[in-house]
Amino acid sequence: MEVANSIIVWASLLTGSLFAVIGGIGVLRLPDVYTRLHGAGITDTMGAGLILFGLAVHEGFTLITVKLVLIFIFLIITSPASSNAVANAAHSSGLRPMLDSDLKNKASSNSGARS
Amino acid sequence: MIHAASLALALAAVWLLLSGHTDFLLLGLGAASVFGVVLIALRMDVVDHEGQPVHMGLRLIAYYPWLGWEIIKANWDVARQIIDPKLPISPTLTSIKSTQRTELGQVMFANSITLTPGTVSVRVLPGEILVHALSKNGADDLVTGRMDRRVSAIEGPEPDSDIGKEPG
Repeated sequence: MEVANSIIVWASLLTGSLFAVIGGIGVLRLPDVYTRLHGAGITDTMGAGLILFGLAVHEGFTLITVKLVLIFIFLIITSPASSNAVANAAHSSGLRPMLDSDLKNKASSNSGARS
Repeated sequence: MIHAASLALALAAVWLLLSGHTDFLLLGLGAASVFGVVLIALRMDVVDHEGQPVHMGLRLIAYYPWLGWEIIKANWDVARQIIDPKLPISPTLTSIKSTQRTELGQVMFANSITLTPGTVSVRVLPGEILVHALSKNGADDLVTGRMDRRVSAIEGPEPDSDIGKEPG
């Protein structure tokens, strides 16, 4: 029982951290504001969610777990609101998102320059 | 009145769970603070169906596990695209129809879209939401209206439309 508990805790913490890192890689690799928000979304949901879940399992049924659950609830309410604020601000100030066709054009012009 | 009762209940629960105190004096002080906050909220006229969506009740509770599973699936997709060396993304900007009849419903739909990785709602307009998606697949999934119907269903049978109206 104790061992099974530890396995769940560690698996959740490590997977959560992995997703948080992947979200960070996404923010670095993706091309513009709008796409980078998607990378940050991974850290907000899977990363934070799994880490909080792992901590909650570690604590068991205590008041600390209740506080972790509250943190999670505040997170899932505030994180989409802030993402939307950033996306809306970018769109309102006239920043055009890089669309699929732009990326393809860029890729083909790059290869053209090289050849 | 039911909204005020729901607010008082929520505040009392948060107070108890965050403090963990059970002695008489502190409980009394807690009850007094809850009463005071509810009074102030009533005076500010912010106690309504939007802050306390009691009418959604069980339907709302049933929605979250479904949304959670959608978020996990979407996370997996987006994570795979990010770590793929070829970065196989196809960013798309689409307008998604929203059939919710209340502003609260539409906000819930827009927030659900943003919470799901790979799609972010950029602008909310009456009857439609401008969505930026990381890949064509993610956008197509929203175009089918699966999530839209789910959120509309939690609004209940016949809500009065308040979209586009000035706040009373």
